[in-house]
Amino acid sequence: MMSNLDRISARRDVRRAASLLAAPLLWLLGIYIGALAILFLTSFYTVDSFTNQVIHEFTFQNFIDVFTDHAYLNATLRTLGVAVSVTLVCAFLAIPMAFYMARIASPARRPFLVALVLTPLWASYLVKVYSWRTMLTPESGVIAWLLHPFDVQSPGYGIVGVIITLSYLWLPYMVLPIYSGLERLPSSLLDASADLGASTLQTMRDVVLPNVKPAVIAGSVFTFSLSLGDYITVQIVGGKNQMLGNVVYQNFSLNLPFAAAVASIPVVIMVVYLAMIRRTGALENL
Amino acid sequence: MATKRLFTTIAIASAAALVLAGCGGSKSDSSTTASQAAPGGAAYAGPVGAGEGAVNILAWPGYAENGSTDPTVDWVTPFEKATGCKANIKNFGTSDEAVALMQSGGWDVVSASGDATLRLIYGDLVQPVNTDLVPSYADVFPGLKNKSFNSVDGQMYGIPHGRGANLLAYNVKEVTTVPDSWGATFDPASPFAGKITGYDSPIYIADAALYLMKTKPELGIKDPYALDQTQFDAAIALLTAQKPVIGEYWGDYLKNIDAMQKGTIVLGTTWQVNINYANANGEVVKGVLPKEGATGWSDTWMVAKDTKNINCSYKWLDWIAGPTANAQVAEWFGEAPANQKACALTTDPNFCTTFNAADGPFWDNVYFWNTPSANCVDGRTDVKCVPYAEWAKAWSSLRNS
Repeated sequence: MMSNLDRISARRDVRRAASLLAAPLLWLLGIYIGALAILFLTSFYTVDSFTNQVIHEFTFQNFIDVFTDHAYLNATLRTLGVAVSVTLVCAFLAIPMAFYMARIASPARRPFLVALVLTPLWASYLVKVYSWRTMLTPESGVIAWLLHPFDVQSPGYGIVGVIITLSYLWLPYMVLPIYSGLERLPSSLLDASADLGASTLQTMRDVVLPNVKPAVIAGSVFTFSLSLGDYITVQIVGGKNQMLGNVVYQNFSLNLPFAAAVASIPVVIMVVYLAMIRRTGALENL
Repeated sequence: MATKRLFTTIAIASAAALVLAGCGGSKSDSSTTASQAAPGGAAYAGPVGAGEGAVNILAWPGYAENGSTDPTVDWVTPFEKATGCKANIKNFGTSDEAVALMQSGGWDVVSASGDATLRLIYGDLVQPVNTDLVPSYADVFPGLKNKSFNSVDGQMYGIPHGRGANLLAYNVKEVTTVPDSWGATFDPASPFAGKITGYDSPIYIADAALYLMKTKPELGIKDPYALDQTQFDAAIALLTAQKPVIGEYWGDYLKNIDAMQKGTIVLGTTWQVNINYANANGEVVKGVLPKEGATGWSDTWMVAKDTKNINCSYKWLDWIAGPTANAQVAEWFGEAPANQKACALTTDPNFCTTFNAADGPFWDNVYFWNTPSANCVDGRTDVKCVPYAEWAKAWSSLRNS
């Protein structure tokens, strides 16, 4: 039985919670969801060919243009390919790194290692991408020089260069969730696995990996979405390639509805991706 | 469960937002149906009084230097001292970026190239300029006044800044025969395949159109910025055929400098200032004006329609077009100054000769960036021209095909 006093304080709690949540909720609904909705709505409008201003006339033409010109399908596939590759490369590199940091390194050194992983984030994005441009220079770059003894050519400027550069940029976002996932893994599981005679590889495959899977997926949300939206790196190290973001960037000041139609593609991809991973429970790991 | 409820909430909220946006959108319908009349309202009547204390400047890199790039390169600090207007400067990399920034508002003046000026004028983002209030305007070369890209019906929309031609750069070591035609960059069997560059903007379509104008007279191109559908398709076909020999396109001038310096690009379009930077440690590239002529730029300082700092804006216009600052900026950027008296003040006495500052035959062959629109900018009325938004789309398509 609730006393009157309790009821009043409960009501007060609700009110306090509401006043606390109002601003962030307004932000989420108005600025974030609202902006997405307007973006989607804009993609059905057209522009005045003289002033380039948006005319509020309903048309499917922008989507017809996007889906009938194979160039945009190419751009979508290329962007998707880059995002998937970057995510795989990051996962491949981050799992052993995070395992060492969380399980092998002495606890005293762990914060130091985490700080080391984070240091690249302190430098400017452009500085890092331009450094990669210098390193990737065909024939005379440091990568060409390193690969020369093995008779392998530098990847130079192109899609491979983009994947390498983006993997470097987003690696910390993959390492951190996996690190925290591994840190939470009880030692008793590893001990039990060893006691029951499993080899290191078996333990890795059957005990560690299934346990960090949600963490890897959580990390992949970052690497995947960041790669999907990137359009600067590809301009600097991508040779003559472009990604979806470049198409948006090139058109948004002249033909906003068309740019909005193109911009809807990565949004749809991300929604599908998030819906797919929601089942895995990885979203709680973010 | 909690996640599921969140997803439902988001779904409902987006639906609501969609409806709201729809309602809000229909209201502004009438204002967007554009009339062809020059917008922007009346020019400032003056007189230019005391400054408002600040001016927000949007500039091409190198156009508004305050000593932060190089301590000796500074014409902004003297401006601030002389006028009391604090200059907040933002550089932009492309004309499209400049237009987008102007659309977002908050800027008082902008150095707009011809492929942006008309968009700004007809987009109702800039105001006419009262040249009587800008004393330096009297000394501007007549060849820069009342052009199709900086005026409407004899009303100036800005103050000329300077002009230059897009040059054909070639690596002095690798390209042994000096190219004299843009054809060298459009040759699908070029020995320099993979080391050729093009400018990464829809406006580069005009470079192809210019080449066709001189080599395929049957197409009837009179102005590379006024292309009907047939002419436009021919230009796109030429660029599509060129794409396999392109190593990379450049939009960011730093990337172009880097590529020319390292020799990953040995042939292609560039700016004089890029050549200067690339040759800073010894000559690696040279630039020529090919026999077909070239596209080029003639920049104009324009005033935002909704500026709150009109007096400081006019003071800046007069300052940057004045002989001292104009000489400094022209020499730093590597372009012909707009002010005739600037030629006497350059540190290199031959500067104005090198850059063909004076009006003359050199400029007859330079086609300044202009904004293509459905109403052909060459004055043809029997056909519709391809508007710039379609250029942008075609460029995106070409770049991703």
